[in-house]
Amino acid sequence: MDRVKRAVPLTRLEVIKMSDAFNVLTDKTSKKVDGPESPFSVGYVFPRKVRLADETNPLPLECGKAIWPVDVEYEIYGKLNENKDNAILVLHALSGDAHAAGWYHDAEKLGRSWLVRRPGWWDNMIGPGKAFDTKKYCVICSNILGGCYGTTGPSSIAPESGRPYGLRFPVVTVGDWVRLQERLISYLGIEQLVTVAGGSLGGQQALEWALAYPDRVASAIVIASTAWLTDQGLAFNAVSRKAITADPDFKDGDYYDCASPDQGLSVARMLAHITYLSETSMQRKFGRRFRNGSKPGFQFEADFEVEGYLRHQAESFVERFDANSYLYITKAADYFDASVWGGGDLDKACERLSGKILLVSFSSDWLYLPEHMKNLALTIGRNRKQVSYANIQSSYGHDAFLLEVDKLTLLVRNFLEGGGQIDSK
Amino acid sequence: MTVNRQCRFDHKVIFGLVPGGSSVLDLGCGNGELLSKLIRQKGVKGLGIEKEFDQVAETIARGVPVIHSDLDEGLAGLPDRFFDYVILEKTLQAVKRPLFVLEEMIRVGSAGIVSFPNFGHRQVVFSLLSTGKMPVTQNLPYQWYDTPNIHLFTAKDFLDWAGANNVRIEKGFSWTGSEIVPFKEKESAVAEEILFVVSRVG
Repeated sequence: MDRVKRAVPLTRLEVIKMSDAFNVLTDKTSKKVDGPESPFSVGYVFPRKVRLADETNPLPLECGKAIWPVDVEYEIYGKLNENKDNAILVLHALSGDAHAAGWYHDAEKLGRSWLVRRPGWWDNMIGPGKAFDTKKYCVICSNILGGCYGTTGPSSIAPESGRPYGLRFPVVTVGDWVRLQERLISYLGIEQLVTVAGGSLGGQQALEWALAYPDRVASAIVIASTAWLTDQGLAFNAVSRKAITADPDFKDGDYYDCASPDQGLSVARMLAHITYLSETSMQRKFGRRFRNGSKPGFQFEADFEVEGYLRHQAESFVERFDANSYLYITKAADYFDASVWGGGDLDKACERLSGKILLVSFSSDWLYLPEHMKNLALTIGRNRKQVSYANIQSSYGHDAFLLEVDKLTLLVRNFLEGGGQIDSK
Repeated sequence: MTVNRQCRFDHKVIFGLVPGGSSVLDLGCGNGELLSKLIRQKGVKGLGIEKEFDQVAETIARGVPVIHSDLDEGLAGLPDRFFDYVILEKTLQAVKRPLFVLEEMIRVGSAGIVSFPNFGHRQVVFSLLSTGKMPVTQNLPYQWYDTPNIHLFTAKDFLDWAGANNVRIEKGFSWTGSEIVPFKEKESAVAEEILFVVSRVG
């Protein structure tokens, strides 16, 4: 992985610590992780790469520029059938990658040591017998444009200079991502997807898919997401970006051959993590406990459990994420506005939809509000389009979309199967 | 809604009443059984509103569009007269704000279909008089402390509301002695369940 910066192999001890932290995060809700040999796991998988834009066929971007070359990293689980009509595209969120399910044989060799003891980010939803059943469906996931996990992004080498793009990388949007994904789907020979599905920023992509390519998707599943970020959401992202750009190591994004702006990226991640939890889930998880015994340390090191958790999240994040990508991806999230398809009118935009839509929110999610999803559902319903909306009771906040596996599985499975019923009446 | 739906008289009547191809909103659609039948067999364009998550999930499994929402919050977001029919099948007695729900029903639908257990049925009244306790009958099988039916009313109560609110009763049916019969006010004491088709005057 040439362009993931500082892919320093972690010691075994650190790896174990990270997976422990993951278990803490997922206690109570998740069952145990399915190992690569489990009948419910897609097993060992590998990332693929394809060039989807070159000099003769650059990718036009919303900002007015065009970009080439563009390589896309993607993964596939399950078999594409002969008619190529059993494919599902899942879309990752801010810090995700194409590795949605299964295990890497040699994560270290791929430069992704943090994945040594961890399956793909949606492994609890994708696999044989799971919500996205790989016995039946062929599940595809690709890394977004501007990311740092194999798809071309600011850490990639710019053809004109021979050096990493840095901030010379064009500003990309959710629409650009989806147009690139459409190239991937076409490259794979798929005419229509069974569904497009994602949570958070992945949900925004799923919605964009349904609006941009109504004929290419039979349905869309939009989870813990929104038609546009609230001003509060924009504000959080602004602070995150400021933390990065204010880091003296940021150097206008040209830090690839020296120290990277880890402090800034850490602060950005800590802030983001607060927005992913809820007051209740934090209280349950940390309960104002001190890290070392029950007494205050009277110093400014991480004293409380919650401080330790945020620090740990930040430290492991800077090991695996590129600060420039963080800027580009949050900006894309900010710019996303589904109403653009209706000239600023969401009602009009929804006229474009043709397949059925499932919207899911979580009661304690204060970053992507349940009310917004319900309003989106009503807006789609007003257009006499097929829409279902469910709000899952959960105390996990925005993170619930990765944790409330059972309820989400029930909804997704019912939605995918229920569609079959109505079409075959 | 967690209301006894064992007696399917209203299912039958509603299925007969709703013209093929019309648009229908089912308030408190439960597991979506009625809507599913209307959609599949009569080509109705249907949408359900349901507040219990498990029921929403079941409705989705039937391939029926449903919005997870509490009727007591109203139907803001749905335009006036958007649906040909709005169904309140044995749901009204279980909401916190029945008048508000009725107003919303009348607002978003050209016609409303309301069915409810008749608390004025003579067996219910007799049970209350003779035992001095809240009646427990086949149609009202709950104890006072666990009943989802928090606003019980009679046929007469409903007619009073309609009269006072410019709501016309288009049609009425009763479930009487295991038979579906046209509703007659003077026979309402023998109606176990009642179904009215209503619309706003003017």
